[in-house]
Amino acid sequence: MEFWQGFRAELPLLIGVSPFGMIYGVLALSAGMGALPAQAMSAIVFAGSAQFITTQLVAVNAPLFLTVLTILVVNLRHALYSASIAPYLQRLRPIWKIGLAYLLTDEAFAVTIAEYQKRTEIGTQAHAFFLGAGLALWGGWQASTAVGVFLGAMIPQTWSLDFTLALTFIAIVVPTLKDRALIAAAMVASVIAVLTIGLPYKLSLLAAAFCAILAAYGISEP
Amino acid sequence: MKIWWILILGGLATYLTRLSMILLFSRWEIPAWLRRALRLVPAAVFSAIIAQEVLTQNGKLNLGMSNPRILAAALATVVAWKTRSVLLTILVGMVTLWVLQWAI
Repeated sequence: MEFWQGFRAELPLLIGVSPFGMIYGVLALSAGMGALPAQAMSAIVFAGSAQFITTQLVAVNAPLFLTVLTILVVNLRHALYSASIAPYLQRLRPIWKIGLAYLLTDEAFAVTIAEYQKRTEIGTQAHAFFLGAGLALWGGWQASTAVGVFLGAMIPQTWSLDFTLALTFIAIVVPTLKDRALIAAAMVASVIAVLTIGLPYKLSLLAAAFCAILAAYGISEP
Repeated sequence: MKIWWILILGGLATYLTRLSMILLFSRWEIPAWLRRALRLVPAAVFSAIIAQEVLTQNGKLNLGMSNPRILAAALATVVAWKTRSVLLTILVGMVTLWVLQWAI
């Protein structure tokens, strides 16, 4: 019951997520990742934004350490999700916590935390809601990646599909720029990213993120 | 071979971040300063990528008329702000780019 409730609540988000998955599949192939690693990354890392960035780093043959560090930085936000959802999972056995953590993506978190916060009482089966939402997203992500990997080989370069990467991130980030600090972070990151573009291995991304957070921290809400 | 190490280590880093506070809860709380900094991470990282993808070509800044991605991205930004729709944003951006590429 709880499981299917979570599963159904996640379905509308798949409309937005499926294009991401397909685009990732296309980009991964054009970066030279190979079909099997491209699909495996969706299963192992299971984090859209980090996967997008990895395709860029693979394309320039960045060192392993830098690639993993960049993935870590991009995914640090999950620590916040982890902290927000932790109180609702406290009564579970460790095996459940270890399993559910794998499903803690942006989209599954968004749906689950909204549901838990709406409830006046958290029942003993509430974690099944999270499981349902997480597995719905997992299935959608694997399937859409497969479609992208399959189509990637057939799409001509003149279509400029690489531009969907920038558009995807515009769609994600623009609606979240709700206060001065976030807007400042976005501005500083953009300028530094362009100024440092000459650095090897996309080091410019880490440089830009670091400078932006330092600059915006002072005016961010405590 | 390297790609598999990226998947394993990148996957591990991602998973441990997700597991961190679920396991540590009630023993350790994210300090306020770190929470404040973490909130800024997505805006910073994503904007850096957008700026590079839109404003540079082959590793060089291109702010001229020969770069149709600037106008396409600007329109997409307006659509993202007004509609919050991922699909519409991508659609408007791509169609604008195609029209401009065809016109130039």
